[in-house]
Amino acid sequence: MEESLLRTLTPTVIGVLVRRGANFAAAEDAVQDALVEAVRVWPDDPPRDPKGWLVTVAWRKFLDAARADASRRHREERAEGEPVPGAGEEVDDTLQLYFLCAHPSLTPASAVALTLRAVGGLTTRQIAQAYLVPEATMAQRISRAKRTVAGVRFNQPGDVATVLRVLYLVFNEGYSGDVDLAAEAIRLTRQLAARIDHEEVAGLLALMLLHHARRPARTGTDGRLVPLAEQDRGLWDTRLIAEGVDVLQAALARDRLGEFQAQAAVAALHADARTAEETDWVQIVEWYDELVRLTGSPVARLNRAVAVGEADGPRAGLAALAELDPGLPRHTAVAAYLRERDGDLVTAARLYAEAARSASSLPERDHLTRQAARLNARLRA
Amino acid sequence: MAKYLLLKHYRGAPAAVNDVPMDKWTPEELTAHVKYMDDFAARLEGTGEFVDAQALSPEGTFVRYDGEGRPPVTDGPFAETKDLIAGWMVIDVDSYERALELAAELSAAPGAGGEPIHEWLELRPFLTAHPTITE
Repeated sequence: MEESLLRTLTPTVIGVLVRRGANFAAAEDAVQDALVEAVRVWPDDPPRDPKGWLVTVAWRKFLDAARADASRRHREERAEGEPVPGAGEEVDDTLQLYFLCAHPSLTPASAVALTLRAVGGLTTRQIAQAYLVPEATMAQRISRAKRTVAGVRFNQPGDVATVLRVLYLVFNEGYSGDVDLAAEAIRLTRQLAARIDHEEVAGLLALMLLHHARRPARTGTDGRLVPLAEQDRGLWDTRLIAEGVDVLQAALARDRLGEFQAQAAVAALHADARTAEETDWVQIVEWYDELVRLTGSPVARLNRAVAVGEADGPRAGLAALAELDPGLPRHTAVAAYLRERDGDLVTAARLYAEAARSASSLPERDHLTRQAARLNARLRA
Repeated sequence: MAKYLLLKHYRGAPAAVNDVPMDKWTPEELTAHVKYMDDFAARLEGTGEFVDAQALSPEGTFVRYDGEGRPPVTDGPFAETKDLIAGWMVIDVDSYERALELAAELSAAPGAGGEPIHEWLELRPFLTAHPTITE
């Protein structure tokens, strides 16, 4: 079935309803209802004009809901007098939806949920499954989010940076259940990049493509985490890498560097190396310098210390690490790695075990425990 | 978002401020307590933060594998153990601070005399299934 077509049309149809005078929350509900009906009806009776069909059905759903709710009667009468929008406004509508769903008044979790539903066209059930919470909880999270943005004017220009943060959060969630959130984040970022000419949108898209290209190599058949240096580079998706590099180069050519472009540049340098040994760590350190300058982020400083360890040797890496707060997540794991490279296996084994205890994800904890076990076995031999 | 487990202990946590066994409460106090817990869960569902809540019987059994063809060895009930879990609630929240706030609220459930129990709840973060990509 044309699920992807349906999902792509979702924000456009919501936009049409809003322009006809429906408020965002009611329009969004009506379009969800129309999507459900499309999934039911289209296989036997495919429409000639899918978008027109969705607009008609969603508008009818909206009017039905408005009629059923006496308090909405006034709004319905007002709405019915509104003119039908011109075709040229649709592109804008989708863009406006991105801004609305990532509105700064929303918590990150609410913005993510609302974006996946109103822009991504996912059902509440799919979003709930992806985030491993009950459907009722997700339904409430979404309706609260809609109430929060109820007062926001639909045509208000938004901040691209907030939208990018939301999309990046979705991307990092990975995938569980039947929804691949990383792939969905890429789809939504592509769609955004097609609508707005902005170097950081391109930077984020490039970053996602380059990271996604390595996903098949990142996990072993037994589910274990495979570190970059040990990955089978033959499993990397060269088509995605080529696209990511193209998108990144076009963005960098505009000479307006931002954090996503800098991160994508690091990812591109990794992707460019045929073997781990060929990695251009000196350039990677330079990009991390830019990233630290742009964001001041402690995570960027930590990653920089790793890169320094590769470019200038483990002692230099440890010196860079010594300047950072030991309480940073992954600080101990990085220290363990650099100690091992420096030949201090006893300390490295102890630090790996300590890092495993403070890991925040299961694959990471298992990976660090395995590293400690590997070193301890070597020390016993 | 991050998931946390709020663990409630029958035994093993430090003593609560209002430390009166439930069987010494009045029926009204019990009803008020149960209602508070239900309302709390309902409110969390409303805020989109509720994941799960379960209560456990204090009676349980230890089971272990003890070789092929032989029945598992049991060493139950938990009379000798220090720690006895009474139940849990799983929440999905935006921050650690929010998790603390909710745990404190749950600890304020009314007990004897209708006063807050101030019981100690254990708060444990879930390990996530996916590592954040940092390479």
